[in-house]
Amino acid sequence: MNTEEYSVIGTRPVRHDGADKVTGRALYGADFQMAGLLHGFILRSPHAHARIRRIDTRKAAAFPGVQAVLTADDFPQVPERLVDLGEGDTPLSYARGNVLAQGKVLYRGHAVAAVAASSIHVAEEAAGLIEVDYEVLPCALTAPDAMREGAPILHEDLKTKEFGEQTSRVSNVAEHFRHAMGDIDAGFAEAEVTVEREFNTATVHQGYIEPHNATALWNNDGRILVWCSTQGAFVVRDVTACLLDVPVSRVKVTPMEIGGGFGGKIPVYLEPVAALLSKKTGRPVKIVMSRKDVFEASGPTPGSYIKVKIGARKDGRITAAQAYLAYEAGAYPGAMVAPGAMCVFAAYDIANVVIDGFDVVVNKPSTAAYRAPGATNAAFATESVVDEIAEKLGMDPLDFRLKNAAKQGTRRADGPKYRRIGCIEVIEAMKKHPHYSAPLGGPNRGRGVAIGFWFNVGLPSSCTISVNADGTVNLVEGSTDIGGTRTSIAMQAAEVLGIPAEAVRPTVVDTDSVGFTAVTGGSRTTFATGWAAYEAAHDVVRQLRDRAAKLWEVEAASVTMDRGVFRAADKSITFQELAAKLDQTGGPVVGRGAVNPRGVGGSFSGNIVDVEVDPETGKVTILRFTAVQDAGKAIHPSYVEGQMQGGSVQSIGWALNEEYWMNGSGTMMNSSLLDYRMPTALDLPMIDTVIVEVPNPGHPFGVRGVGEANIVPPPGAIANAIYHAAGVRMDRLPMNPPAIMEAIWKQRD
Amino acid sequence: MHNTVRVQTTINGEAREFLCEPRQSLLECLRDVLGLTGTKEGCNDGNCGACTVLMDDRVVTSCLVLGVEAQGAQITTIEGIARGSDLHPLQRAFLQNAALQCGVCTPGFIVAAKALLDREPNPNEEQIRLWLANNLCRCTGYDKIIRAVEQAAEEARA
Repeated sequence: MNTEEYSVIGTRPVRHDGADKVTGRALYGADFQMAGLLHGFILRSPHAHARIRRIDTRKAAAFPGVQAVLTADDFPQVPERLVDLGEGDTPLSYARGNVLAQGKVLYRGHAVAAVAASSIHVAEEAAGLIEVDYEVLPCALTAPDAMREGAPILHEDLKTKEFGEQTSRVSNVAEHFRHAMGDIDAGFAEAEVTVEREFNTATVHQGYIEPHNATALWNNDGRILVWCSTQGAFVVRDVTACLLDVPVSRVKVTPMEIGGGFGGKIPVYLEPVAALLSKKTGRPVKIVMSRKDVFEASGPTPGSYIKVKIGARKDGRITAAQAYLAYEAGAYPGAMVAPGAMCVFAAYDIANVVIDGFDVVVNKPSTAAYRAPGATNAAFATESVVDEIAEKLGMDPLDFRLKNAAKQGTRRADGPKYRRIGCIEVIEAMKKHPHYSAPLGGPNRGRGVAIGFWFNVGLPSSCTISVNADGTVNLVEGSTDIGGTRTSIAMQAAEVLGIPAEAVRPTVVDTDSVGFTAVTGGSRTTFATGWAAYEAAHDVVRQLRDRAAKLWEVEAASVTMDRGVFRAADKSITFQELAAKLDQTGGPVVGRGAVNPRGVGGSFSGNIVDVEVDPETGKVTILRFTAVQDAGKAIHPSYVEGQMQGGSVQSIGWALNEEYWMNGSGTMMNSSLLDYRMPTALDLPMIDTVIVEVPNPGHPFGVRGVGEANIVPPPGAIANAIYHAAGVRMDRLPMNPPAIMEAIWKQRD
Repeated sequence: MHNTVRVQTTINGEAREFLCEPRQSLLECLRDVLGLTGTKEGCNDGNCGACTVLMDDRVVTSCLVLGVEAQGAQITTIEGIARGSDLHPLQRAFLQNAALQCGVCTPGFIVAAKALLDREPNPNEEQIRLWLANNLCRCTGYDKIIRAVEQAAEEARA
């Protein structure tokens, strides 16, 4: 199939769940109601690091209206093993310990006890009566801080894994790994210009508008029913079953509509607690986080310390690159430093590379994925250094990037060799864009560019499609729809079936009702669940060809289908006509698709950004912003643009304002949406988008996945623009007014 | 148990009467007492705009209004924006422009935007951005929301 043959893909239908979402009818997790519902409240640690000597819940339990109180001791103490939390394996004790603290609290906001009561207010009041005796310990809040000799140790049993080997060294460094390729010393010896810089980036939050929530009912038949907002219903099922020590088949998770996730709604926080409270009370229990809880106790993305050194010849060819990446995991190991290391030099074709990664636990909430997790921190460093080298060489920054751009056959230091990728096409689209040559139009203005990469993931997905007598189909899937994926998946089925997108009715169902489907994350949903829908649709077509053959009394092999019309010799019948004849030809038709696709295609993105820097206040205004990204194939261009615009704006916030502003004892001082300042409509210009389409050879329609790569380049691009506007090279995020002024004053001295 | 207060109010043009505790917010009353869950809670301290409703034609964040303050007031929520089974031009424009992704901020944006268009039928981009600066959206980057409001305004004038 070439692009011109598509009749559905590439069009912009109204999303199937649209009406419900503009009228308030769509039901999100917190909207779930049930007779007899109790409300849960979680008591959280006021200390960043402390030993729990004793918890006394008696007064809370006796408070009028309270139905149950529980602590970590109420969890079944199952033996230690590794569990898959949706993004790789973690020791069970870490997963359980983050849900309710055992022995120690490791960050302010760490859950300590839970109460179920007749109303949220009663539960909150009662929780205030729980007496916790803490022995407060000193805390370590940044990676460099936690790595130094004599730092407070978070986990007395955590021994550093070094280059894949378990050492006996107890420290806050969970792991130190290295990717190396070529001869780094020879590479730097060959360089005529070398730049080495250090960078610090703050912890930031995904900032989804809907707080975490869960309702659970431990039913009288022993089944645990859960309704929640999650990126992965099967992850919630599996983790809940694991922590409660029941078989997965005992848990049924119904994913409600979800109000944003960006990676932060993959981890499980509330569901096992709500389930245990329900077991104790025999009634359904709902828990909803407050916004403060979301900041203090969900999973922000790591702050980091990064050192990047790059050398190049005078002809503009990079000869060597070295990176040191120390990422804050938060309370439990698992900082997103592995993907950071995969992405740090991923946009460039470099022969000699060394990348050191450190996964460091600190007394902050346990970090989670955030849109291309780990890559944005790394790209900020790389793209700043690349820009400085281009300047030293007197080369146009895009020409310098083009000269070194990764392409088909380029090997990354962490191993993979690229298949067809669109890095060069993205840079060329940036160069060609009128924005790149437009006048800046005033003083204190500068233009910056940067590029970024995210590898995307595959993972399992399942779909079924049943044919209705009126020529429509019902598509059943397991991927939570966070940003219009019902439609991008339905469109792929519609394309195969030769029917309009509107003739496919997609439904996201519970874990009893569809095959295993991995999380909505890793830019995988349109890619992998779309592929499952493609397979299910082909299964339907195969069955319908048999039905047509039966009607016409011909061989099934002689029946063809094109754009919804089945043909054999001089006979033809439309999809709709044939759908009306299922009863006469053998009964219902149900197609199935279950995939675990390889062939994932990484996505490159790039930005051109104009800023104005107020030299008196340090305030940065984004004047113009252009986002370019390789979608492979844009199934629904409006929602591809939406991903690009949304990722860009999150990243603008990351670059300019957002940070966990911690005091010395580990309390986040800005845990509200007033003080954790995310961009508003007033802070921004329109975000121009250019969709590049270099089809992914690993997907039937060429899809790469577009959810993440767009967040990667903006901080680098904005830093470079600030340099051209104000003459200062920024080495930290956020680049807020105090940071800019400090840099300007330092330069004046 | 805590004392409850009887509140008489008008919601989406319909006279409603409900019981609430003095400490309950209007948001809580709408969602938990009256079952109007279209109004969303994002922060419960007036900083995200997800719970935006109109109260006697004023734009308010319902998490910062007490339920008892609704006595005698006219409240409009997202459930009262569509005209029967027909969508409001703003709702249509949001769908046509793909101005929502997760959709949880959408009710607040539509209610706030309606109040804008009721006052200023021909707003420019800057006016729309200023008016909607009380409402946070983390998915769209606002671009398509601004365009949707512009389109709805244009349609309403036509």
